[in-house]
Amino acid sequence: MTPFTFARSGDVTDAIRLGAQPHAKYLGGGTNLVDLMREAVERPAALVDITGLSTDIEERPDGSLLIGAGVRNTALAAHPAVRTRFPMLSLAIVAGASAQIRNMATVGGNILQRTRCLYFYDHDGARCNKRTPGQGCDAIDGFNRQHALLGASPSCVATHPSDMCVALAALGAIVHLESLGGKRSLPLTDLHRLPEDHPERETVLAPGELITAIELPPLPMASHSRYRKVRDRSSYAFALVSVAATLDVQDGIVRDVRLALGGVGTKPWRAWQAEGLLRGQPASEANFRAAADLELAAAQPLRDNAFKVTLAQRTIVAVLAELTGRAA
Amino acid sequence: MSDLTITINGADCALPDDPRVSLLDFLREHLHLSGAKKGCNQGACGACTVLADGERILSCMALAIQYQGRAITSIEGLAEAGHMHPLQQAFIDHDGFQCGYCTPGQICSAIGMAAELRRGVPSYVTGDVARQAILLSHDELRERMSGNLCRCGAYNGIVAAITEHYEETAP
Repeated sequence: MTPFTFARSGDVTDAIRLGAQPHAKYLGGGTNLVDLMREAVERPAALVDITGLSTDIEERPDGSLLIGAGVRNTALAAHPAVRTRFPMLSLAIVAGASAQIRNMATVGGNILQRTRCLYFYDHDGARCNKRTPGQGCDAIDGFNRQHALLGASPSCVATHPSDMCVALAALGAIVHLESLGGKRSLPLTDLHRLPEDHPERETVLAPGELITAIELPPLPMASHSRYRKVRDRSSYAFALVSVAATLDVQDGIVRDVRLALGGVGTKPWRAWQAEGLLRGQPASEANFRAAADLELAAAQPLRDNAFKVTLAQRTIVAVLAELTGRAA
Repeated sequence: MSDLTITINGADCALPDDPRVSLLDFLREHLHLSGAKKGCNQGACGACTVLADGERILSCMALAIQYQGRAITSIEGLAEAGHMHPLQQAFIDHDGFQCGYCTPGQICSAIGMAAELRRGVPSYVTGDVARQAILLSHDELRERMSGNLCRCGAYNGIVAAITEHYEETAP
């Protein structure tokens, strides 16, 4: 690990001042950044510990939740308001990593965690455009069973690894940011970039910009919601495919639907096309299948991951069917 | 050494000056507490599990300096007045290990797990996460302990030891 300075920030003002130093990184639970530093993929000159900031979960009168970026994953999954009003978020969090890691990891850090593409991690042995811009990508013609079907480019096919973000994408979460330039907020679905020609640019965050909080807007239908994760072993593995969904059906017609996918996209994948097809249509298995087919129509399978197209389609249909009370 | 301190098994210790030192290396190399093991050093095996203010964490992924002012308990801190922690005894009684390498992490993890379960933290197999009271079923235990690998395959003994201890300490 290359040497770095360490500072603990007392408040947001302090943090963004420290975070504006050259080559500074904010440190949450460390469960991804420390590992990447050990692998020489990340080499920050300064770490700014922000785990003391914003650890509150505020229930607002309008039904929204404001979640401090320093809230630990376990605390968020266990919060009564999340469990009863946004259960897909609790389920997504506890589907990820192990209990020890969830106790350490923060919400902000979970959002900014980096891909687990093995070629990205292999500093000495593999080419990676995300790690070393312009170097090339060894995953595209390599072992790419875990890689993306949607949103990839000739530069990068790495998946975004988060489970939590899939639920946040489905729930329409808003990310609150602060830097020396001021405050702003944007939808989580606009935070992560597609790789295009610059996979090293993973988000729209400006240098030194800090995630201070995540807002969940009111969404009554989400009290009945699911997160299903399909993986190689039944626990403690990254997703091959995951689905976060909630469905509002009245008189057999889909009045509203929120659907997002994990394990198949280069960013947390909100299934806008599938949602658009389903709204106003009968909540039938045929329509669920048509929506799943439409969302996966743009899939660009690689050598080893074509099976995930069918897996994703079937998982979408199964989760939507489960939400309508039919056998999954 | 700096004047920043951390509490390890009840004793205040000065933290290392170098912020690169992980909590695991601090325990093993600086304090010569070799109970927590360096299995993978990348957060995959759970052999380095310790308790921070009662919560289970991976000491390999933790920078020691980030735990300034916190109370860390490793396997060496569980015995009281020369008597093993009851869960240590249960691991012996149920053959909860063979080589023993993962055992300190398994035991610390199980203690943290019991606290999580008693305060109602859900797991992926809980199903209805809105439910606050959760029973320690076989599936719940296996899911909640999935962050601790045992390459000897002593899982049946581990599950039996943790189950017995959890039931005996029911409030």
